[in-house]
Amino acid sequence: MKKETAIKIVLFAFFTVVCLLILIPFYAVTIASFKPGEDLIRYGLNLKFDLSVMNFDNFVYLFTGDHAYFTWFFNSVLLTLVQVTLTLLVSATVAYGFSAYEFRGKNFLFICVLLIMMVPFEILLLPLYTLTNNMGLMNSYSAIILPGIAGAATIFFFRQYLSGIPKEIIAAGRVDGASEYGIYLRLILPIMKPSFAAMAILNGMNSWNNFLWPFMVLSSEHKYTLPIGLKTLLTPYGNNYDLLIVGSFFSILPILALFLAFQKYFIDGMTAGAVKG
Amino acid sequence: MFKNFLYSQKVAPYVFVLPFVLVFLIFWVYPLLSSFGMSFQKVTLGQEAQWVGIDNYTKLMSDTIFFKAVRNSGVYMILTLLILIPFPMLFAVLINNKFMWGREFFKSSFFFPALTSVVVAGTIFRLMFGEMEGSLINSLLGVFGVEPVKFLKGQVTGFIALVALASWRWMGVNMLYFLSGLKNIPDDYYEAASIDGASAFQKFTRITMPLLKPTTIYVLTISIYAGLAMFIESMMLWNGNNSPKNIGLTIVGYLYRQGIEKNNLGYAAAVGIVLLLITMVINLTQLAFSGMFKKED
Repeated sequence: MKKETAIKIVLFAFFTVVCLLILIPFYAVTIASFKPGEDLIRYGLNLKFDLSVMNFDNFVYLFTGDHAYFTWFFNSVLLTLVQVTLTLLVSATVAYGFSAYEFRGKNFLFICVLLIMMVPFEILLLPLYTLTNNMGLMNSYSAIILPGIAGAATIFFFRQYLSGIPKEIIAAGRVDGASEYGIYLRLILPIMKPSFAAMAILNGMNSWNNFLWPFMVLSSEHKYTLPIGLKTLLTPYGNNYDLLIVGSFFSILPILALFLAFQKYFIDGMTAGAVKG
Repeated sequence: MFKNFLYSQKVAPYVFVLPFVLVFLIFWVYPLLSSFGMSFQKVTLGQEAQWVGIDNYTKLMSDTIFFKAVRNSGVYMILTLLILIPFPMLFAVLINNKFMWGREFFKSSFFFPALTSVVVAGTIFRLMFGEMEGSLINSLLGVFGVEPVKFLKGQVTGFIALVALASWRWMGVNMLYFLSGLKNIPDDYYEAASIDGASAFQKFTRITMPLLKPTTIYVLTISIYAGLAMFIESMMLWNGNNSPKNIGLTIVGYLYRQGIEKNNLGYAAAVGIVLLLITMVINLTQLAFSGMFKKED
């Protein structure tokens, strides 16, 4: 019995230390958001909890100041919602096609899905950039949404999920005279609901934090998403720390709130790819 | 008539997968082929492209900055593999232990960093590794009497910051992968081993490690890919794509510099093709060695 208690204490102590190390950056940015930007420039980002210099000025500036932060914030919210909704619907439809039918070229097409997951997206940046330019889609959200609308990982996950649904449902639907599309829309989509949560989280996180491609495509400030907007606050000519730090801190809050509310789905979504099938 | 055709069981599957086929052709096959084609041309946005044969590739082979970028990406990949596979695996096994208190709490806290965007995480780490005496890391080193370090000005110290950032963001995610792998190992195996008198260490090396192999291969594959294609982390730490003496330049960073910043798209495309080849060769070798291509089921 004594040995068990000892193990418990050692394990707990060990994880507490690691956990503190992991939480230090969050703590640092949290207290920095209550300090004047000047303090940060002079002393650097540190762990000093000094009430004499801490105040709510940055937050007042965040909510009432003359800047585009909340334009970026709502752009990000809007883009994330639209992108997640479209990607989930399109990917689920494609996954159903792969799962419910046998057809010529099916295996070949599914290998193409896997191929997309194997090649770094970054290689396609330049040709996609010129393609977007030629299509006249520069500085538009369509250019961000379209290339990923049939997301390979999402299709893969949905297909896995659908393989657990009995084929009898489809057969029964046909007997009842439902059309092929009616079966999908009325019988299958409702059963897929649980799998949507995990994929909504995964895609939502990617979309909310997406940076490089939107950064290359979007050029006008009023269309920026939050990560791009925050990035523009860092300039070679001096940094707007007053807004940058409090803005960074505030950008973590919504996703943290969602995480705490839907933890299970976050974990399912993140580990979906690792499930061997 | 057309409606009947569209609604037939033969045609319906193609209608379902059509969006994928379109996206695949337009946004994947076409760009990949055009990237390949561009790598044999001199391309400048707004001007007629010129066929130059393998000039871009021969130039690349004697481009010392490109080799610097390849080395940086390679070293970064290896360092992240050395940290982000064994430690998350060990943490997963420990946290899964039946004597663990507060398991769910620790799992969540480990996962927190993955919720931040690279931009936010990069900004925080850039400031933490600032060169002032009072910056977080330097102030901690100061406690041990170490003089302030200019982290982002040196090759080794710059990489410490870079790898610290990657480890911080991905430790929890990789741990979750290993935890979900552990769930698939039946308890009976451990009970049987206990009856045979196996030690905890033996159980780990003889049961846990071999049975975590599929998870390990998955994590290895995505980490190789992510390591070689890393760019924004470096861009955020050095506040742009220009680090002193290119200490933070990566392959994708060089592709971006040549393609977007210098409008030298053909040359940049060649960089991309080389990156594709490196990624493919490393990953296929790795998968072949780990026996992923052997017939299963």
